[in-house]
Amino acid sequence: MSNSPYLLKATSVQSVMLRVLLALLPGLSAYVWFFGAAIVVQIVLASLTARAAEALVLYLRGKPLALFLTDGSALVTAWLIALSFPPLAPWWLVVLATLIAIIVAKHLYGGLGQNPFNPAMVAFALMIVAYPQFMSRWPGIDAIDFATQWDIIFGLHANQALDALTMATPLDALRTALHSASTTTPATVASALANNPAIGHIAGRGWEWIAAGHLVGGLWLVQQRIITWHLPTAFLATLLLLAGLANAINPNEFAGPLFHLFGGGAILAAFFIVTDPVSAATTPYGKLIFAVGVGLLTWVIRSFGAYPDGIAFAVLLMNIAVPLIDMTTQPRIFGHKRGHKKTGKNHHE
Amino acid sequence: MSALNNLSDIARNGVWKQNPLLVQLLGLCPLLAISTTLVNAVSLGLATILVMLLANFAIAGLRALIPYEIRIPVFVLIIAALVTVVDLSFNAFLHDLYLVLGIFIPLIVTNCIVLARVEAFAAKNGLAASTLDGVMMGAGFLWVIALIGGLRELIGQGTLFSGIEMVFPSLSGMQVLSADYPGFLIMLLPPGAFFTLGLLIAGRNWIETRANQRLLDQRKHNDKPAEKTAPATA
Repeated sequence: MSNSPYLLKATSVQSVMLRVLLALLPGLSAYVWFFGAAIVVQIVLASLTARAAEALVLYLRGKPLALFLTDGSALVTAWLIALSFPPLAPWWLVVLATLIAIIVAKHLYGGLGQNPFNPAMVAFALMIVAYPQFMSRWPGIDAIDFATQWDIIFGLHANQALDALTMATPLDALRTALHSASTTTPATVASALANNPAIGHIAGRGWEWIAAGHLVGGLWLVQQRIITWHLPTAFLATLLLLAGLANAINPNEFAGPLFHLFGGGAILAAFFIVTDPVSAATTPYGKLIFAVGVGLLTWVIRSFGAYPDGIAFAVLLMNIAVPLIDMTTQPRIFGHKRGHKKTGKNHHE
Repeated sequence: MSALNNLSDIARNGVWKQNPLLVQLLGLCPLLAISTTLVNAVSLGLATILVMLLANFAIAGLRALIPYEIRIPVFVLIIAALVTVVDLSFNAFLHDLYLVLGIFIPLIVTNCIVLARVEAFAAKNGLAASTLDGVMMGAGFLWVIALIGGLRELIGQGTLFSGIEMVFPSLSGMQVLSADYPGFLIMLLPPGAFFTLGLLIAGRNWIETRANQRLLDQRKHNDKPAEKTAPATA
């Protein structure tokens, strides 16, 4: 992790991961405040599963357990899975997702530092394709007490009443209103958002505060130099620009930029998912290309796609492009002329 | 070719050592599309065995008459004729199944395994050996696609033998896992076939590596090497 001036002590993976977890706390606090403590149960489930899976695979691969188990990277994956999943999802969904993330997406590709795809997003994409019915179980704000939430997670609650207790996410609510074929007069963005219990002051009710919490944590990570500004800025700017343009051209069809930034997982993704040091691009220009691509695909999938939030698919699609991006954006080596690259030949003389 | 003349070698090559799916990675298109249930997988596997048997038999018999320069077009024509026969037979006798397997029966023509065995084996070997090679390579295809089909059906929807009534009207599929098993849709979609195939290939490599290691250890620890080599030289 150390770069050439060598003035700073190289940070250990453990300290980086610990600070990432700390940075998630503001958003998590807002989450608990608005949606109840179910998310804490999911985080505990995901963390325990991640540690167990990590230990199992490390044992099978004959790797040193103590070194890799304490690095905390599995915990970050677990937290990101729990935070991106609906808090009322059944317990086995989060456990299964975490197992897939750690065993398949991380270790089958070679373990920490080798995985081409973001493990948390692999888990999310697989689960939303396989179990869309469970991936929409978001609680209404203040609707359910913790005991009921616990019962729902562990399947002790009668399923019939579940629909009354859950609520669509802001992105889902908008999509349903805009694309439902049952109404004769198609809704506009304004009418869809006006009388919806899921919608708050600027975007989703509660969601906007969770996003604000993640923004605070993310900015702290930038200040701590855990992440650089390139990825979050390029991602959010692209999303902002596209949403703004489309909204200006046709405000009836396309939601505004603030809704896109604060209505879903955009802020969480910008600072904690797009910035994954393993699966994202690494060169400065490459980071910009990568993040612009994720922003573009996210907006396209959100606006025209079939799934409620496109971030996971956007990240995975750009993950595939990372080797190409990194290869073509190698910075000039000190002492070499940039002209060499313009000839289009890669080999040195 | 002396080693391959050994019939048991031909059988072992087809089923395990040179398995068309696990080692040669041929015929992945029908594998991805059809291995969603056990019945579909076995049906396509049997159709493929039948075509490979007939193709290897026909071409091993005709190989003296086929000009070398245009052998590939001739092979394809012969295979296409045989596949047409199988396709029409399915349509006539197993019509429901025919509707499910659809385009993938005619597509056996383009299945790389068929042409590969014809070109690599039947064009150079005798009638009996070639026919056996066709059946055994087909069997290698069949057991892998059946295993993948069974696993995908079981994990994907919790059943086995669903759709068996298309072949035997008196039977019906069975629910293996409990009725409220939520299923795992991704296993029924093409990624599920890739995951399953990848794990099976890994499993096969693991078994091979262990077997080779055991052989090496055995040779290393063998105090009397003469005893070991005696049967081979005899």
